[in-house]
Amino acid sequence: MPVDAEARVISNTRLSPDYNVIALAAPEIAMRAAPGQFVMVRLSHEASPLLRRPFSVFEVLRANGRAEGLTLLSKRIGTTTNLLFDAGVGDVVACLGPLGRPFDVVDPPTDAWMVAGGVGLAPFATLAEALRARDTNVTLIYGARTNRELFYLDWFRSRDVRVVLATEDGSAGDRGRVTLPLERELQGASGRDVMIYACGPEPMLEAVTHVASGHGRRTQVSVERVMGCGLGGCYSCVIPVRDGPTGQHYVRSCIAGPVFSGEDVVWG
Amino acid sequence: MTTAGSDTHRLQVAIGSLTLANPIIAASGCFGYGLEYTEVVDLSLLGGIAVKGLFLAERQGHPPERIVETPSGLLNAIGLQGIGVHRFIREKLPELRARRATVIVNICGSTLEEYVELARILSDAEGVAAIELNISCPNIKEGGITFGCSLHGTFDVVSAVRKVTRLPLIPKLTPNVTDVAAFAKASEEAGADAVSLVNTFLAMAIDVDTRRPKLSNVMGGLSGPAIRPIAVRMVYECRHAVSIPVIGMGGIASAKDVLEFMIAGASAVQVGTANFADPFIWKKLLDGIREYLDRHGIQRISDITGTVNTGEP
Repeated sequence: MPVDAEARVISNTRLSPDYNVIALAAPEIAMRAAPGQFVMVRLSHEASPLLRRPFSVFEVLRANGRAEGLTLLSKRIGTTTNLLFDAGVGDVVACLGPLGRPFDVVDPPTDAWMVAGGVGLAPFATLAEALRARDTNVTLIYGARTNRELFYLDWFRSRDVRVVLATEDGSAGDRGRVTLPLERELQGASGRDVMIYACGPEPMLEAVTHVASGHGRRTQVSVERVMGCGLGGCYSCVIPVRDGPTGQHYVRSCIAGPVFSGEDVVWG
Repeated sequence: MTTAGSDTHRLQVAIGSLTLANPIIAASGCFGYGLEYTEVVDLSLLGGIAVKGLFLAERQGHPPERIVETPSGLLNAIGLQGIGVHRFIREKLPELRARRATVIVNICGSTLEEYVELARILSDAEGVAAIELNISCPNIKEGGITFGCSLHGTFDVVSAVRKVTRLPLIPKLTPNVTDVAAFAKASEEAGADAVSLVNTFLAMAIDVDTRRPKLSNVMGGLSGPAIRPIAVRMVYECRHAVSIPVIGMGGIASAKDVLEFMIAGASAVQVGTANFADPFIWKKLLDGIREYLDRHGIQRISDITGTVNTGEP
């Protein structure tokens, strides 16, 4: 059941000129959130922006084992992300959630590989914690334009997540897209059962699904479509999924997703 | 303090033979089939739920992008994606009935015959409180708005549906005409029990970098606070043109907006876009209305309908 919280900003950390992590005091949402779920956020009480925007729950903040808040990983693109970047401690953010279908968290002996592109890192902190709590081996394959846009590497490493990097300018890891190390890792992983999780731009999700299925691996992708309400009311965030051998139909990514089996999505 | 009657009666409004518990209706296309919202609102607390527009058959709707935000507004071209009337009756209506929702079914036809067939089918279904006749969706090429933009078309489709149903019949009017009051009048003459207005304004937004329309359908319908004053004016005009109830909508986002529409002439209102930003809005609207009635010593909300004081005799 989603909760609408008027959440106070606990902290706002600028990671780069474009990226920030904002912590919100929303314990009721944080304690309910499952990995892969999202919140709908609005910073203005005036008419602009009119609609909320969706954000993955990045971290769940705990004190003495109790959920106290959550963080959002944001990249400045539009009005709401700029307001999030500029928000100060004590500001109030309307935060509705948790929403959407979460990831299916795998157990050993299946290994978990999380493939992130840019701000697509967002759902993987909570997923990594849930996987490690089950003792599942976790690898993060993380791509960005440059090493200045790779964040939280120590956070993941300190939780025994193996980190593999790719950058478009070659400043860290492989030079190129995340599918480069993904392909190589898959070639070296024959005989192991692997679940691949992916979040990032849709062309990346399509490529990851394609590479993974070429190796007979399953994928769970988290998509981001233009979303109006987050509850299934507006029918704007639809994505085509396969329907029988040749057909397809639109489903609402807010309630049927945002997590889908990569093979079910009709890409492009 | 006033000696107002019980709260139940205080907020009741009549739309023809239909009595609503209160004047707040969820607008079609903005509330799914209602069941999407059971975790955030008790559906029986709403005056009514106008469910997403239904054709006879299922429809895919338009490809994304389907919405874009504009200043104080929302531009959409969903294209009436829907499950069709048969699946609605089978899969949604029983639970809506169990939850004691007042269900207003919005119907769309490509032809006059389709409207008639839909009305006939729904008249036999259990749990339908009223039919809203969608002759005003700006986003589909066939049917619909071609009836709603012609006085003869409006009269003909309302008359034809009137002949096959005793359910309260509410044509939903488009603002994309020169004189919306004439369409309210044509609806009344054809036997409508009420009219609802306004549907969205045909509009367009362009990305100047790519020079591409921001919607896949090129044009779409504008809703939200941006259209509110125009909608209030149209409700006011229609109230003076007809004696059947007018259901007002267009950018309502607060109790004050509800009251503004009612004072302009609406017997009830619909809330759409605001529900996207705040799905918990319903209780706030009802609380705000009660507070207004207390503050002004008004016994019943229906007493304020059409009471705008323009200073004219």
